[in-house]
Amino acid sequence: MGAVIRLYSHNWFIIVASFVAALAVTLFPLPAMLAPLRPDWVVLVLIYWIIALPHRVGVGTGWLAGLFQDAATGTLLGQQALGLTVVAWLVLLLHQRIRNYPIWQQAILILIFVALFRVLGAWVLGVSGRPTGFLYWMPAISSMLAWPFVFLMLRHIRRRYRVT
Amino acid sequence: MTLDHRWHYLASVRSGLSLLIYPVQAAVDLVTAPLRSAGLAFSSRAALLDEIRGLRIHQELLDAQLQRMVTLEAENRRLRRLLHTSRETVEETRVAEIVAVDLDPFTRQIVINKGARDNVFPGQPLLDANGVMGQIVHVAPYSSTALLITDPSHAVPVQVNRNGLRAIAVGTGASNRLDLPFIPNNADIRIGDVLVTSGLGGRFPPGHPVATVTRIQNEPSRPYAWVEATPTAHLDGIREVLLVWTRPKHQKIRQVSPPTESTEEKWAP
Repeated sequence: MGAVIRLYSHNWFIIVASFVAALAVTLFPLPAMLAPLRPDWVVLVLIYWIIALPHRVGVGTGWLAGLFQDAATGTLLGQQALGLTVVAWLVLLLHQRIRNYPIWQQAILILIFVALFRVLGAWVLGVSGRPTGFLYWMPAISSMLAWPFVFLMLRHIRRRYRVT
Repeated sequence: MTLDHRWHYLASVRSGLSLLIYPVQAAVDLVTAPLRSAGLAFSSRAALLDEIRGLRIHQELLDAQLQRMVTLEAENRRLRRLLHTSRETVEETRVAEIVAVDLDPFTRQIVINKGARDNVFPGQPLLDANGVMGQIVHVAPYSSTALLITDPSHAVPVQVNRNGLRAIAVGTGASNRLDLPFIPNNADIRIGDVLVTSGLGGRFPPGHPVATVTRIQNEPSRPYAWVEATPTAHLDGIREVLLVWTRPKHQKIRQVSPPTESTEEKWAP
């Protein structure tokens, strides 16, 4: 009984639900004009949970989330998992510092992290012989703009449901 | 990644992950369904009646063509028998629906709602009413992923319908362009030529339209001409697609071919 309470007391399923929601928004059909501007929602959610709960979410979660995203969006299995793993590791390394930054400064860091995620993706795409254009880099900027909303929303959810 | 890319060892892993993902994809599809049907709900009665009338006319035209098709098919079979060729195949098609999800915008792929449970197999050709769309690349139990002919890693063996000139149509990543490399400068190809599948790769059934030639540029300094074509299938914005099972005629197939056997016997030499 005690173990069951311990298992459910920190509301880990909220974290899983947020990743599922991020994946669903990633798959949501947009007009062809807007589709390349879609922020990398899974990256944003992953970064938030790492800086909020580094003892729960880490490199392994990033890898798993990336694997699911690869299967969902039809990329090479491991392409986005690689990017998310590296980003998760960096954020885990810097999470104490990122926590103390004001939100706009965090947004600038998000730009860098998403750009890094995209660089790793472009590398894999290049090796497997697919061209990437100018539009490929746009999600870095849209993710930066989306960060304040994601951050405030997830913080509200975390406090409301006491995810620890 | 190399395992997946080079040897496709991870097909079962991907299939399992896709099975877990499918509820999410289906949910997204379900949420967008009202948005798609909103256009229908708000269109006026007159517009709908107009559309019905147009479709009826279209249907009659098609029926008229189909009548000729039956006799042509019989004649074709008779001529083939005269030539002693056995390239004849029987096709079975089934309709699948595209699951309305956006995949990676840099790979031309779609998800459809038929999978291993419906005997879908990797490499299976995918058509729409106007032409070839692509082929299945990953199969999960309830869904599968198809690679469109416009993906940069995809190529279809084609021939010019007018004179049988063989070529290869390679995807470019743009949704409305295919390139035809390796066509000599002096080859007989013109703008407006229809390219149909040649069936040479053994993957696509022969004779389905693929693209129309839109641009030819002869470059004397290069060994090959620059030829571009536009796919005839509506690769964006279509909902129903056709899956094709092809088997040689002599093999048993569940679906019975159209009742032209009696006429055929009469025509036989």
